Amino acid sequence: MYDRQVRRRRAVLALLVVVSLILLTAYFGENAGSPLHAVQRGVITVLSPVEEGASRALKPVRDLFGWFGDTLHAKQERDQLKAQRDDLLRKVSGYELAMEENARLSKLLAIDGSNDLSRYDPYTARVTIRSPNSLFQDTIQVDAGSGDGVRVGQPVIDGAGLVGRVSTVSGPTSVVTLITDQSFSVSGRVLDGKGEWGLVKPSLGDPNDLLVQQLNADAPIRLDDLVVTAGSISSRLQSLYPRGIPIGRVTKADPQELADKQQVHISPLADLRHLDFVQILIGRAGTAAGGVRAQVP
Amino acid sequence: MNDSLRLPLRLIALGFVAVVVQIAAVSQITVFGVSADLSPLLVASVGLLAGSLPGAVFGFAVGLLVDLALVQTLGVTSLLFIAIGYWAGRLRELRDPSHGLVPLAAGTTAAAVSTIGYALMQFLLGVQAPVSWLLLRQIVVLILVDALLALPVYALVRRIVQGSLPEDPRRRRRRAYTTGGLSPLQRPSAR
Repeated sequence: MYDRQVRRRRAVLALLVVVSLILLTAYFGENAGSPLHAVQRGVITVLSPVEEGASRALKPVRDLFGWFGDTLHAKQERDQLKAQRDDLLRKVSGYELAMEENARLSKLLAIDGSNDLSRYDPYTARVTIRSPNSLFQDTIQVDAGSGDGVRVGQPVIDGAGLVGRVSTVSGPTSVVTLITDQSFSVSGRVLDGKGEWGLVKPSLGDPNDLLVQQLNADAPIRLDDLVVTAGSISSRLQSLYPRGIPIGRVTKADPQELADKQQVHISPLADLRHLDFVQILIGRAGTAAGGVRAQVP
Repeated sequence: MNDSLRLPLRLIALGFVAVVVQIAAVSQITVFGVSADLSPLLVASVGLLAGSLPGAVFGFAVGLLVDLALVQTLGVTSLLFIAIGYWAGRLRELRDPSHGLVPLAAGTTAAAVSTIGYALMQFLLGVQAPVSWLLLRQIVVLILVDALLALPVYALVRRIVQGSLPEDPRRRRRRAYTTGGLSPLQRPSAR
């Protein structure tokens, strides 16, 4: 009797381990359109109303915990914002002049906004789920899916800047890969006066740090320079991302690191840890943004 | 309701609700830069209360649901949670620990196995993330946060599954040895 119980226990354990290993191997070797991925999309479609309901119901609890954390940082943040406001006020007058000049010169040279934000319809979606393992997989789930016009690859922003891109879509829900996920990259420009081009990637091991790589070694980049999406990099291959979306500000521009690795560090502008709503940039019908296009980061 | 179905049904409901609460609320609350992970605590608690086989099966099911809901590589979390559920169940079956802090130790161990095991599995699967101080700090803080929650989670799970647990043969044998075969809870009139 006892031996039979032991044999049964070991057999079930072995069976569970084997099933897990089969699932792991099969899933890892599959592409995104394969059966296990389809099952996964089906499950998140079924679960999404429940998760959304739970997310809304439990929002007061999340807010309560968030309030404690925010209160601790409020004073320091207020001082930083005051300094930032004063700095911005000084810059605004210069920018207004530059914008006026830019509009006149663009008209003269007949340059059109080939890939700017005006070609997209922002669709506002609520964040329902966030991945708990941000060091390995930094994703969020939102309550907008294929029924709302969302497609894989579309850029996602919030009020402050770039948040990520849509990586999985099912009926009523989508998964957004954040800019701090290790698989993410986007072409960016550093607004340092020369408009240096580079590739923005997450810094491995630190979810609050991004790198702008492939810069010129002698680029005049300074602390606090703004980095925005570069948009199209050639007339043939258009970027997924419209140009001019703010990504982050330079937090470390070490001349030695710039010379050796051609990179600087930036901090994302979007508050990725406290996202409640995001906007998915859905391309307008009849524009290049709405149709099939080559995918350049 | 059939007695044999009571425990599986309660465990299914418990697992589903716990995973939904975990991903919809708990994982969005950060404490010292990390979010608590209740799932390994839940699996260890079920193993401690119900035994190795229910613990392993529950761990597999919860792990699979987590992987499906979070669009992660299927099988990774299941594999880790099977080990946690089975180990916690064997701890109960072999040692039958009665100290009140056993769930705390089991929960802390489960959190450590889950967090470190997940990181190792990700490295094995080729995810590019170096072993940085930040990663080590996050792992340690997560284990400590989970340790704080281990006892409340165990108490909650015990409250939910109580009354549907099968009697442990080892515990029954020990009671027979110490009380002459009678339960100390039995009333004198029933003896």
